[in-house]
Amino acid sequence: MKHTKKLLGIALLTATALIPVSCEDAVGQKKSEEKTPAKEVNILDEPIKGEEIAILTDAPKVPPQITRRHRTKVIVNMEVTEVVKKMADGVDYTFWTFGGSVPGKFIRVREGDLVEFHLANHPDSKMPHNIDLHAVTGPGGGAAASFTTPGHESVFSFTALNPGIYVYHCATAPVGMHIANGMYGLILVEPKEGLPKVDKEFYVMQGDFYTKGKYGEAGLQPFSMEKAIREDADYVVFNGSVGALTGDNALQAEVGDKVRLFVGNGGPNLVSSFHVIGEIFDNVFTEGGWGSPNKHVQTTLVPAGGSAVCEFTLDTEGTFILVDHSIFRAFNKGAIGMIKATGGDAEQNKIVYSGKTDDRIYQPEGGAIQEIAQDSSKPAPAATKEERIARGKTKYVAVCSACHQANGAGIPAAFPPLAKSDYLNGSKEKSISAVVHGLSGEVTVNGEKYNSIMPSLGLNDEDVANVLTYVYSMWGNNGSEVTPDEVKKVRAMDVKAPDGGH
Amino acid sequence: MKSLHIHSAFLIYGLFMLLSVELFSTENSTQTDTLNDEMAKIPAGSYVPLYTTNKTPRKVATFLLDKLPVTNRQYLAFVKQHPRWQKSKVSKLFADKSYLKNWDSDLSPGKNVRLDGPVTNVSWFAARAFAKFHNKRLPTVDEWEYVARANESLTDATKDEKYTQVILNWYAAKAPKTLPSATTFKPNVYGIYAMHGLIWEWNDDFNNAMVTGESRGDSGLERNLFCAGGAVSSTDVRNYAAFMRFAFRSSLKGSYTTSSLGFRCARDIEKSTTQ
Repeated sequence: MKHTKKLLGIALLTATALIPVSCEDAVGQKKSEEKTPAKEVNILDEPIKGEEIAILTDAPKVPPQITRRHRTKVIVNMEVTEVVKKMADGVDYTFWTFGGSVPGKFIRVREGDLVEFHLANHPDSKMPHNIDLHAVTGPGGGAAASFTTPGHESVFSFTALNPGIYVYHCATAPVGMHIANGMYGLILVEPKEGLPKVDKEFYVMQGDFYTKGKYGEAGLQPFSMEKAIREDADYVVFNGSVGALTGDNALQAEVGDKVRLFVGNGGPNLVSSFHVIGEIFDNVFTEGGWGSPNKHVQTTLVPAGGSAVCEFTLDTEGTFILVDHSIFRAFNKGAIGMIKATGGDAEQNKIVYSGKTDDRIYQPEGGAIQEIAQDSSKPAPAATKEERIARGKTKYVAVCSACHQANGAGIPAAFPPLAKSDYLNGSKEKSISAVVHGLSGEVTVNGEKYNSIMPSLGLNDEDVANVLTYVYSMWGNNGSEVTPDEVKKVRAMDVKAPDGGH
Repeated sequence: MKSLHIHSAFLIYGLFMLLSVELFSTENSTQTDTLNDEMAKIPAGSYVPLYTTNKTPRKVATFLLDKLPVTNRQYLAFVKQHPRWQKSKVSKLFADKSYLKNWDSDLSPGKNVRLDGPVTNVSWFAARAFAKFHNKRLPTVDEWEYVARANESLTDATKDEKYTQVILNWYAAKAPKTLPSATTFKPNVYGIYAMHGLIWEWNDDFNNAMVTGESRGDSGLERNLFCAGGAVSSTDVRNYAAFMRFAFRSSLKGSYTTSSLGFRCARDIEKSTTQ
């Protein structure tokens, strides 16, 4: 086949060379065709004007929209570094990065741009690295051309032929390990007519991580090849770590803002069921392609090594939670982020969403208590109160903060506060019991009534002692220390819910 | 010459080097056996390399291998006698600009390195010159990989999960500012120290994996080891630890130096017994 094509090409060339007279006619004809708007113009026929150095940003920031309406040469300077960073509170990991953090720097170019890519590998790196950009048309997506040993820099170039939002990643053997260590990011190729203006653009990228220790186990955690091959992730996170988009790191916007999320998924293994709790996407460009968008989407699939663009207008105030709706990943492995919408007209906000307008008791099943299997692992007990607090913090983030919140403030009418809590400071025994046995029925905390269910949490005595000591040490609480022995005593009492209903 | 299937320009450098090194070794022929007790005899055998689908074992003849990677102290003695390999004097053709970058100056490694630690930031040309000077050579990839399969008790521990984990842990750990002596490691069953977990090491034919075989599968290491290629053209897809070595080797050129790349030397048995 190859040979035939080649021969044909040569034959055509020869034919063209032999008949210069008719060629002139052909050119004239072509020119007149170009003037008719229906005919599609080859982007490569447009001239390249000027040169610029790409602005690269760390997530969740996105470089400014491109206003230029011509092709140009864009120089991208990307440095690969191997760095130790936080995976979760108390948990560190050696990430391999494009630009110093996970996900890698966001690159923004325009359809037709000539991209001159410089990939530098830091001299302190142990590994050779390269880059495969899904935006590249060409063998390996740049992988072979950009293969770079530590202390060196490779240069290659490509023309961004197709608009879209593309994943890039390292493709050095073993590829799975390079990706599992965080080597991925997004490159946006804006269509030549540009993108409609929006108020806020954010960069969110999911990734799954595999560590020697299980979720929350403290210290510098090495990569686990075994778990990666089993696709048994310990962490599933947005933007490289647990909490990268929550609390103070939450995405900020105003009511009325049009928001555009560039959502990527580095994998290496898991497909994301991307969802924003309390928000409906007005437009989703599925799989990152610029076709006509899907409208009114609740949850969109983002494949490993793929992307999506989600657009929506914030119509009311509040916190909107980003999750992978494969939901245990969200609450047990870290796949949670937040967009905080503030401002707007209070009346209007209430019309869109009222909040709770009434609260009455309805409990036909008598408040069943959830049981979770007892955790059998027994790490060495904490030696000091400080150690107890440090370990308790990690447990708190992992187990408690989803309901009681990272700052202990709880959620009004649903989850009672732990900060300055009279319930907590009033009785250690009751607090221990709540964690060990669970809690159901009405309780009063700081003058507010709560009537929901707290499940028994399946933590061992040591963990309960640590987490409670941490809670007591925080947010204006009385600083009590809870010991495993105290927990043991309360556990033995087999206390049921304080409402005495059964 | 079989190792120089690289670029044609490279071949010329290589020839040039061999000639010039030849001159030095005749000048300094007294050095020969002082390091001999620092070598271990590796019995002949065979192994199946991972970078090809051809499962025919490759034979490795008996040879001598340095127990330790070459130290800064040994390298310092070498550059004292051969000023052309000193940091400020080395030709840029044979060593890139990070050559010995962790040394303070030409004849003083300084505080950032231990004299008994392995020398790093040395090029393949430099390593070969050092070996030649000691009447040795660099081990081939086959020889190196053959020995590297061993742990403390087995000649082939590659199926042992712990063996692999040690290597993977090294990949995951950030390199220390100052590398420790290889003697802080436990020797493997041959009496060789620190094949894993300390540094990468040069091989005589580091860039040769692409031309060893006869089948299409061997036609290009890059193609074999990038992305999906690695999954279909290798004998052991779980041996990620070894993949990394082949990937690393294939990213190098003879003049490259990096902060975690050193070397140790080998010698043919016939050659040493005739002396």
